[in-house]
Amino acid sequence: MTKFENKTAFSRRSVLLGGGALVVSIGAGLTLDTLVSMQQAFAQGAKPPLTPDQLSSYIAVNADGTVSAFFGKMDMGHGLHVAIAQMVAEELDVPFKAVKVHMGDTGNSVNQGGASGSTGIQFGGKQMRMAAAEARRVLVEMAAGLLSVPADKLTVNDGVVSASDDKAKRITYVQMIGGKYFNVQLDWNKQYGNTLYAPGKAQPKDPKTHKIVGQPIKRDDVAPKVFAQEDFVTDIKVPGMVHGRMIRPAVAGSVPAKVDEASIKDIPGAKVVWDKGFLGVVADKEWDAIKAAEKLKVEWSDVQPPFPEQSALYEHIRKAEVRKRQVEKENGNVDDAFKSAAKVIEAEYEWPFQSHASMGPACALVEIKDGNVTCWSGTQKSHFVQQGLALTLGMPEDKVRVIYTAGPGSYGRNDADDCAMDAGVLAKAVGKPVRLQYMREQGTGWDPKGPASVHKARAALDASGKVIAYEFFSKGFSRVDVNTNGSKPWDTLAGQTLGVALKPGDGFGVPAESYAFDSKRTGWETIPPLLDRASPLRGAHLRDPVGPQIHFASESFMDEVAAAINVDPIEFRLRHIKDPRDIAVLKAAAEKAKWQTRASPRKDQTGAKVSGRGIAYSQRNGTRVAIVAEVDVDRASGKIFARKFTVAHDCGQIINPDGLEKCIEGNIVQGISRTLWEEVTFDKKAVTSVDWVSYPILDITETPALVESVLINHPELPPTGAGEPSIRPIAAAIANAIFDATGVRIRRVPFSPDRVKAALS
Amino acid sequence: MATKSFTLTVNGQTHKVEADPDMPLLYALRNDLGLNNPHFGCGLAQCGACTVHVDGQPVRSCSLPMSAVGDGKIVTLAGLGTPEKPHPLQTAYVEEQVTQCGYCVNGWIMTAAAFLRDKKKPTEDEIKEALSGVKCRCGTHISILKAVKRAATMMG
Repeated sequence: MTKFENKTAFSRRSVLLGGGALVVSIGAGLTLDTLVSMQQAFAQGAKPPLTPDQLSSYIAVNADGTVSAFFGKMDMGHGLHVAIAQMVAEELDVPFKAVKVHMGDTGNSVNQGGASGSTGIQFGGKQMRMAAAEARRVLVEMAAGLLSVPADKLTVNDGVVSASDDKAKRITYVQMIGGKYFNVQLDWNKQYGNTLYAPGKAQPKDPKTHKIVGQPIKRDDVAPKVFAQEDFVTDIKVPGMVHGRMIRPAVAGSVPAKVDEASIKDIPGAKVVWDKGFLGVVADKEWDAIKAAEKLKVEWSDVQPPFPEQSALYEHIRKAEVRKRQVEKENGNVDDAFKSAAKVIEAEYEWPFQSHASMGPACALVEIKDGNVTCWSGTQKSHFVQQGLALTLGMPEDKVRVIYTAGPGSYGRNDADDCAMDAGVLAKAVGKPVRLQYMREQGTGWDPKGPASVHKARAALDASGKVIAYEFFSKGFSRVDVNTNGSKPWDTLAGQTLGVALKPGDGFGVPAESYAFDSKRTGWETIPPLLDRASPLRGAHLRDPVGPQIHFASESFMDEVAAAINVDPIEFRLRHIKDPRDIAVLKAAAEKAKWQTRASPRKDQTGAKVSGRGIAYSQRNGTRVAIVAEVDVDRASGKIFARKFTVAHDCGQIINPDGLEKCIEGNIVQGISRTLWEEVTFDKKAVTSVDWVSYPILDITETPALVESVLINHPELPPTGAGEPSIRPIAAAIANAIFDATGVRIRRVPFSPDRVKAALS
Repeated sequence: MATKSFTLTVNGQTHKVEADPDMPLLYALRNDLGLNNPHFGCGLAQCGACTVHVDGQPVRSCSLPMSAVGDGKIVTLAGLGTPEKPHPLQTAYVEEQVTQCGYCVNGWIMTAAAFLRDKKKPTEDEIKEALSGVKCRCGTHISILKAVKRAATMMG
């Protein structure tokens, strides 16, 4: 447990009066008892309950002067903890280096939603900022009493409160509360997760006064990683631990009918854990567990192969029954406008299933001891995994602790939560701690997938070429066939293989933009999954859930309309976009990229190698991004080199510009990979993308030569997210650049060389 | 499954390991010797996360059976450099703030270290070609390239 759970014994009198270091001048009429009670009102030795309405659930000033920030979200690789420490240090008036952010441990943080929807700063940081501001307010109020100086005559520097006009009158945070706990109630909105908000009475600082927020402070976790000093979840070991491996069917939907445990009897410590569709093995040694999983003789139930031929995927989506239809935005009279149109432009776009394909397959360690469950997991959402383990194992939630420990990459609802539940089931069955790591073919072949979809766009033009109506509809598999977290057994492979009743969700999305047309309708339709239970193609959240596919289609289509009326693609957008910050990112990207105003495509190139430029833009939960892609197309080989990207990015207040640059860089490169290469393949029986050969991603020879960013800072606005918005417009920017270069419109992702070559011939 | 006794020389120290001759070296390093720096990424020699040096050559330890290690001298990332005496690539990685999730770092640094030792003043294309078989899923390739170029300069 954390060091804060050891109750600190202390003498009130010794803390207040003991030691020469403490400078307290007791004013006339202020008795010691009054002082003690004043301090006790805010600070105490016993830890208050770990609930969202307690300041101590977020902030502690330690005896050594450091500050612990307990954060119910976690960093997935962008250095979020640095930004959070900046926000806390800023509000609390302590040095940045004094703040240590503890992330995603259910034993010392409340459920702030985990890593989710690029809200680490937007919601998580907002709460930590408010908590730190309240901590400062309380500490200044305590100091006011102790120093007999009105609070508004006190200043704070590096955790030292002093009288503005007499620096000798001073007291430190440590002296007032170091090693003890805040006893301060917050005004909690009774929400858990991303929407949790619990401010105190304090107002955060005026951004104009910020000294730490906005600085390009470097990450302190790079060195431990390059010197091999940091444990990943894969590195955690506990005494008595055994190793587990899971066994999945060769035909999706099949379950074990007969398991011959004798087939692995020569493997030391090998045991089978089999319950309905759940089948795993454990062994004392990891290699033995791998061998046992390979050697175990299993007869599987005979089932009909559940999938269509991959070549029929989009036809399947088009013809499939609609399970849920939702119009999200509508204005004007779309149907009448299309009836009166002089010209209608229509296009359809297709996006495949994609895998999280994390750098390593998921790993989790679960120990069940003395009625307590401890789980180490690389999950994005440890508090939800805590709930999921409690339900899956039949344990009270408060007996389950999940300790987030960095995993081998994430990018959404990958295989981490499934792995934590599987490890829990194995550990309970064998009565020993189990470290479970999936194999590569399970990491790619069996993770929840970004759903495949078809997108239909059409625009009605009047005789003058003006767009009088626009309609955009997506039809695809749900992005929440399994939910965004592992809190419910029906959303994890363990629950599904153990036979719990299913509760699939229906969700997709619409373009996030501010195009104003007289008539406009956007919406979506979801279709049933190809296999209801334990499907390797179950739809879930993959980085910027359904954002890349929707905006690939919608922003390609805007280019198609611009080209049809022979207007420059940025000029066309600026005619219709209404939001001033949207306009600003478009103009900033155009200016930085030295955009030449002209209609696409170029008509001045001959030969095998041609170049083009393309623009795409989108919003995402308050953030705006415009991207200019410059690509080279080899017409002979079909190979695309996405050479240069210019990104204009507005996420409100920037907390750390260096972190933001790196975050954008990762989005661009992963976005290129998803656009040019990534497609989950499958046959009628199973997913056939099972490794890096059958699920290729971008390699370093395809890295863009240049990514230039224009970071538009709005210190006066609340910060919004950056973890995902800039991956959103990439595919369309590249598609539009290919069109500019070649005059050919590619409407299906990925733009693999074969597909591009075929489209160009 | 018969096990055999193997003597491994890793980062200058010798260790005795009792193992299945078919077991890949990776598991001996990680589980028997507690050296966590080579990571399991694929088990198929496709991603590089498990790379170690054997007699100076980058080797995918996930696919090298114990029986094939022989008396090769093994160096892992922890043996390449320390915070006190960093390898130029480690310095450059920190300077360029390369990492995101960091799981792939071992593969890139161990592969690049062998390349830069043998190839002075490489061109950008040569660096890319040498590292084309290493995977990064977070998309840190631009920073990786900057760091390797920086290290190449440091190594003259």
